[in-house]
Amino acid sequence: MSTGPDRPARPARPAGAAPPPGPGAAPPPPARPPAARRGAERRRRSLLPYGMVAPAALLELLIHIIPMALGIYIAFTSLTQLTIRRWTTAPFVGWENFAEGLDPGGALGAALYQSLWRTVVYTVCVVGLSWALGMAAAVALNSRFRGRGLLRTLFLVPYALPVYVTAIVWTFMVNQRDGVVNRLLVADLGLLEERPFWLIGENAFWVLVVVSVWRLWPFAFLMLLAALQSVPDEVYEAAAIDGASNWKRFTAVTLPVVRPANGVVLLVMGLWTFNEFDLPYLLFGETSPESARLVSPLVYEHSFVNWNFGLGAAMSALLLVALVAASALYIRAVLPRRRA
Amino acid sequence: MTETTGFRWFRRLTLGFLAAFTLLPLYVLVTTSVKPLEDVRGLFTWVPERVTLAPYVDMWSTIPLARFLANSLVVTVSATALALAVAILAAYPLARLRFRGERVFAMTVLSTQMFPGILFLLPLFLLYVRTEDLLGVELTGTYHGLILTYLTFALPFSIWMLASHFSAIPEGLEEAAMIDGTGRLGALVRVVLPVARPGIVAVGVFAFVTAWGEVLFASVLTDDRTRTLSIGLKLYTSQVDTRWNELLAASLTVSLPVLVAFLLVQRHLVSGLSAGAVR
Repeated sequence: MSTGPDRPARPARPAGAAPPPGPGAAPPPPARPPAARRGAERRRRSLLPYGMVAPAALLELLIHIIPMALGIYIAFTSLTQLTIRRWTTAPFVGWENFAEGLDPGGALGAALYQSLWRTVVYTVCVVGLSWALGMAAAVALNSRFRGRGLLRTLFLVPYALPVYVTAIVWTFMVNQRDGVVNRLLVADLGLLEERPFWLIGENAFWVLVVVSVWRLWPFAFLMLLAALQSVPDEVYEAAAIDGASNWKRFTAVTLPVVRPANGVVLLVMGLWTFNEFDLPYLLFGETSPESARLVSPLVYEHSFVNWNFGLGAAMSALLLVALVAASALYIRAVLPRRRA
Repeated sequence: MTETTGFRWFRRLTLGFLAAFTLLPLYVLVTTSVKPLEDVRGLFTWVPERVTLAPYVDMWSTIPLARFLANSLVVTVSATALALAVAILAAYPLARLRFRGERVFAMTVLSTQMFPGILFLLPLFLLYVRTEDLLGVELTGTYHGLILTYLTFALPFSIWMLASHFSAIPEGLEEAAMIDGTGRLGALVRVVLPVARPGIVAVGVFAFVTAWGEVLFASVLTDDRTRTLSIGLKLYTSQVDTRWNELLAASLTVSLPVLVAFLLVQRHLVSGLSAGAVR
């Protein structure tokens, strides 16, 4: 195990001070030489961390790791609603599910890759827009003016609202032809001639993007504002005295300042968005319209609507491989910093 | 900071647009919840013509809202309390003690956070079903099945946040307590926890908000008796004529507690989040 060279050594205990008694451990017999006593103490101490992480490790194992391994096994079985109660006896079918579900030539495979591509486009749109809005708001709110605290609090509301409430309100806003969005776009602003149906066809995709951005951008805003506030005002003042324009200040001072934060923020938002299930499920129900069928709802559909668990599991396995690669990147980005 | 006119205009336009974008659904949520049902049908009206609190009364009888609310409370409070206890125990050694396998543990915790629920949903469901058959412990359709799931899903984030909070506390405080004859665990309880309390509260609120809003597992692991709000509210729309005013009144009612809690601790939450993400 690497402890990191930058970790300060624990200060030596003053001579004569009693060693800290471990939980339920008897004090060491005084006849023992000091060296052995220290050894016993170290052993006792070295067991303590394991006891403390044990509950968390056990839960992670039972609820995360074993299910994940089981998921991979299921991908190689033919599991349907008939065999679900007795899934341990479901027939082993080798790579059949993968051949059926991941073959780009087949109908199911083609739908999967189309859905993956759509999910990538969705992720780029949502993360890009959320980052841009978050960045703009962070820059605007990083100066002092009246109403700043109020706006900051307001911007947090979409992030704190339960996702099903967000979905319910937006459904109400778009689902009737006479709904809020049509009222606004057609009757009030005159941007559209006809009142469109929003939850079907191509429109469904854009509704999903807008609602996702509404929910996600405050996260970008929070993180980027925190990064900006670590820069003293004097830096900007110096840049202003040097005659730098606003845009120049943004590119020369602001962007470099938020760069370390950006990496993590973009990656985290990207993974969240790529995995999105709740919003499409809540907005469209168990079967999303073609244009908005993201990959997580697709896997759900195969498993719990069409009851083809093996196929769903095979698609999950593909997703798992992609995400392991992504989270390896994530850990590299996050872990070393926390240790530093 | 010196501000140019250009910057002021940028600020006005940006914040004006974002405030309108953020407020629009919130305004619709609030105003629709106080309209009579007849006024909700037909073209949307910006200003309610008639205002009534009837939806806030009727919403309790249209669907078993009180039961869903109670279910959500039981599951969320239990999962949050247990998650905090387990996460505090696990975060402390990560922040303070050295042990073999520390890095593996930290990496596992961090990486499971990144996997979507959909990957665990089916296998976890099957494991629960199998446990029921083998041990006779009902896990699907019960509180404890959902609590166990939410508790574990709150862990990675909670452990990560708490570890960074604990690391920020000067180690001298615990050393002093231990010299006075307190053990590691005693020092954790008597010294570290009180100092880290704002962070712990923030993490608790985050776990609460997350479990309160969870949809995917609730859709598969609950039945009619244990249905939580995230799935239960849908019942309003399965009526012949959706009572939107009641649905939105109920939505607002169940959002308020988490909203208030979140806004109260936001500062600590932000500093904790950015301790991991930004520093």
